[in-house]
Amino acid sequence: MVMQPASTELAERTAAVISELKNLEGPLIPILHGVQEEFGYVPQETLPIIAEALNLSRAEVHGVFTFYHDFRHHPAGRHVLKVCQAEACQSMGSDAIAAQIKQKLGIGFHETSKDGAVTLEPIYCLGLCACAPAAMLDGEVIGRLDADKIDEIAEEIRS
Amino acid sequence: MSVTIYIPGDSGSLSLGAEKVAKAVEKEIAARGIDARIVRNGSRGLYWLEPMVEVRTEAGRVAYGPVSAKDVASLFDAGLTNGGQHKLSLGDPEKLPFVAKQTRLTFARCGITDPISLEDYEAHGGLAGLRKAVSMAPADIVKQVTESGLRGRGGAGFPTGIKWKTVLDTAADQKYIVCNADEGDSATFADRMIMEGDPFVLIEGMAIAGLATHATKGYVYIRSEYPHAIAVMDKAVKVARRAGVLGKSVLGSSQGFDIEIRSGAGAYVCGEETSLLNSLEGKRGVVRAKPPLPAIQGLFGKPTVINNVISLASVPIVMDKGAQYYKDFGMGRSRGTIPIQIAGNVKHGGLFEVAFGLTLGEIVDEIGGGTATGRPVKAVQVGGPLGAYFPRALFDTPFDYEEFAKRDGLIGHAGITVFDDSADMLKQARFAMEFCAIESCGKCTPCRIGSTRGVETLDKLKQNIEPEKQLALVTDLCNTMKFGSLCALGGFTPYPVMSAIHHFPEDFRPAAVAQAAE
Ligand SMILES: Cc1cc2nc3c(=O)[nH]c(=O)nc-3n(C[C@H](O)[C@H](O)[C@H](O)COP(=O)(O)O)c2cc1C
Ligand code: SF4
Ligand code: FES
Ligand code: FES
Repeated sequence: MVMQPASTELAERTAAVISELKNLEGPLIPILHGVQEEFGYVPQETLPIIAEALNLSRAEVHGVFTFYHDFRHHPAGRHVLKVCQAEACQSMGSDAIAAQIKQKLGIGFHETSKDGAVTLEPIYCLGLCACAPAAMLDGEVIGRLDADKIDEIAEEIRS
Repeated sequence: MSVTIYIPGDSGSLSLGAEKVAKAVEKEIAARGIDARIVRNGSRGLYWLEPMVEVRTEAGRVAYGPVSAKDVASLFDAGLTNGGQHKLSLGDPEKLPFVAKQTRLTFARCGITDPISLEDYEAHGGLAGLRKAVSMAPADIVKQVTESGLRGRGGAGFPTGIKWKTVLDTAADQKYIVCNADEGDSATFADRMIMEGDPFVLIEGMAIAGLATHATKGYVYIRSEYPHAIAVMDKAVKVARRAGVLGKSVLGSSQGFDIEIRSGAGAYVCGEETSLLNSLEGKRGVVRAKPPLPAIQGLFGKPTVINNVISLASVPIVMDKGAQYYKDFGMGRSRGTIPIQIAGNVKHGGLFEVAFGLTLGEIVDEIGGGTATGRPVKAVQVGGPLGAYFPRALFDTPFDYEEFAKRDGLIGHAGITVFDDSADMLKQARFAMEFCAIESCGKCTPCRIGSTRGVETLDKLKQNIEPEKQLALVTDLCNTMKFGSLCALGGFTPYPVMSAIHHFPEDFRPAAVAQAAE
């Protein structure tokens, strides 16, 4: 992949995130979270800027960025739906629930719908294991998923 | 007189519609011109009754549940504000059998108080432990925690006081208290519940740990999957700082202690303590070899206490009521209480804090009430994704670290997932391997590669390709993983896999497999 030089605007926004968090002990993860909050994902071009500000090598920053499941390499859809696929949810049929959701949205896990409305992801436990099967839509928790709730989710995504 | 109405702000309750209920209650209060105040409490942990709404009356609290937004108007019609009768009436919540049978020490206030009101916290016994600790010598605090018999609730069950003593005895210019709130195990939510429902008890426990070891800085590393817990902890830390519980002088003492909340980034392995420390330092969450112990060289190379949320949140009561009080609960070498989390396909799912020693059968059948689907219980997984699957035949196992170990299992963070008879144990074994492959930090070959081989092998077994050979291969792989892995992710994944094969051989038999594959 060819590295695009960072645009001034991107560089400025990145620098603003960095300057706010730089004085923390071990600031790299908070900064990556901050950059993702700012742009919706972590643009490749921000990595050298972060590296330079923290006096790290690009390889180090890249290594950290790629280690964690949370950090996105590409923009996500307008909504992000995470469906729990861990054991407690499995015991309540999360497999079948995931299949219904995939069919309803027309996408699989780790995919974004063509209209950019939604990104679908598996997640391993939301701490809602006594309210299984569970999911999270844009940070909002949903328990005891069933066909009706899937319809509601689909509606919210479309609106 | 102003009425107080409690509507949980706990994630579990929110996931079942508590926010809509709160909005509806607000609307009714306004429309009816009632002098009432809404408190967003934590959950008492009876999730089949959530959202559980409570009202404080002259005769004590009265509960209703499970309440949905459409019930709210009729609740007010029925005289909710005076505890009036309604089809959702539950009466005095303390008298519900699921509540009455518990011994709530760590969770004494959870679901009862306003989580971010320090006044409420103190009115219900909060800060009493810390007040005692500030006037004690560090070694005496450590001694009291050691004598209580408290063992780490994060999974390994290491004595908390002994860990603290190592940190106290290691001289350094800076020491840290790190709270492990990564809670990645499926079926566990005790950490989440206490952080959302009674955050000050964790803050108090961490401050006591600071006083006991001369550590002045604390971090709470909370998994990013818990946005609500992060928000409540953030607020509570600010309140505690303003009140002088945290800061340059803890409750007016000569020692300072402050706390910072950090969010994880979606890596299960970061619950492993050394991986967590690397993550806090801004590195890849790769597991470190031990020694050096974190107690000697932990965060940024400094002596560090790293404890689970529940371990730390159990310290205030130990300091307040004494080591003996805590120790008198429990059995064998498992002292005190344990918040058991009953989850999955279960009728009465939730959090049940009780002294160690109940049998698995009592927990699943009596407390949990059997499956939610009403079908027979086939298996229960105890201790999260690295825990063994137990069949009914082992339901006489007492909930105790050593008793579970004797039966090739572990209690871990005390989560229990119930499965009914539709469960396919081959599929569960495959998932255990797959999860290990997804979450491996990559340092050890047996964990990183072995788990992927495990998935492939179980897939072949499923397709009935030389089944006996595949079974032998999986067993062999499990042995390699068990003995050749640096941490318990690779080392314990064999527990769910081998327990499934051992206790449910029918699901792995060629005939059954062939039939299932058709
Ligand atoms: C893969 C893996 C994941 C772990 N996840 C957690 C976790 O989420 N929370 C936790 O408290 N301990 C977890 N542990 C255990 C920690 O390594 C460590 O034992 C614990 O934080 C010590 O605290 P305690 O003595 O208070 O239990 C995990 C261990 C492993 C190997
Ligand atoms: S066992 Fe797995 S997760 Fe643990 S250190 Fe080795 S590779 Fe990393
Ligand atoms: S297993 Fe799905 S929320 Fe815990
Ligand atoms: S580090 Fe290589 S096998 Fe564990």
